[in-house]
Amino acid sequence: MSFKATTREVGDVTVIDMDGRITLGEGSALLRDLIRANLARGRKKIVLNLAGIIYIDSTGLGELVSGYRLIKSEGGEIKLLNLNKKVTDLLQITRLYTVFDIHNQETQAVSSFHA
Amino acid sequence: MPSKPQRIEVVLETLIESIALAEEVGVRVAAVAGFGEDDQYKIGLAVHEGVMNAFQYGNKQRRERKIHLTFELHDEKLVIHVVDQGAGFRIEDVPDPRDDENVLGDSGRGVLLMKAFMDEVDVLSSAAGGAELVMAKLHKR
Repeated sequence: MSFKATTREVGDVTVIDMDGRITLGEGSALLRDLIRANLARGRKKIVLNLAGIIYIDSTGLGELVSGYRLIKSEGGEIKLLNLNKKVTDLLQITRLYTVFDIHNQETQAVSSFHA
Repeated sequence: MPSKPQRIEVVLETLIESIALAEEVGVRVAAVAGFGEDDQYKIGLAVHEGVMNAFQYGNKQRRERKIHLTFELHDEKLVIHVVDQGAGFRIEDVPDPRDDENVLGDSGRGVLLMKAFMDEVDVLSSAAGGAELVMAKLHKR
């Protein structure tokens, strides 16, 4: 299953709903482009909804980290939402679970941004 | 006397599509070798990471180079070799991405995931000078 993403806005928060695999070559590059496109539009509060993500590799993890660094450098915030067990395990193995703000409910994720 | 292990050898083109293909082969071989679904996923991901390293860093995406992937089905373990045609590397030189100074860095996660999901991981110099990644998953009996 290849990568697909759709974007929607909840107030001043952008939610990127993702499906498929985030790996080298496809999902990773698309995710990078989506984050950059939203930042370019001044949208600096971003929730990555990984509910539909069935697989992520180290490149995909790297893209999450790159997105985190980029958004932070522009004064924004990023949250991760709805991680399945496999993605959670990978984030724990790599210590990224301590870096990201992770939520299981969208309303919580959206309301957790600083004003 | 232990029986001779079955060997499955695959020669992959240095194409990005080879990574997912290798992963799928790894999952199927793991199933045939008797590993459960959870270990099949872990072995598949380890193969994915190993072939991705060979594609990106070993063969530097050079189309004329090949990636040699070999599975050995031993009684007690599955051994996987990934050989590229690059300059080789030392696994001890790969930074640990869990260290404070590396956690937001760009490298090391692939090797870390291979080490997390396989029971043995090492990198040797292949006969032709490239890297030979050797990984093993033990049967839990």
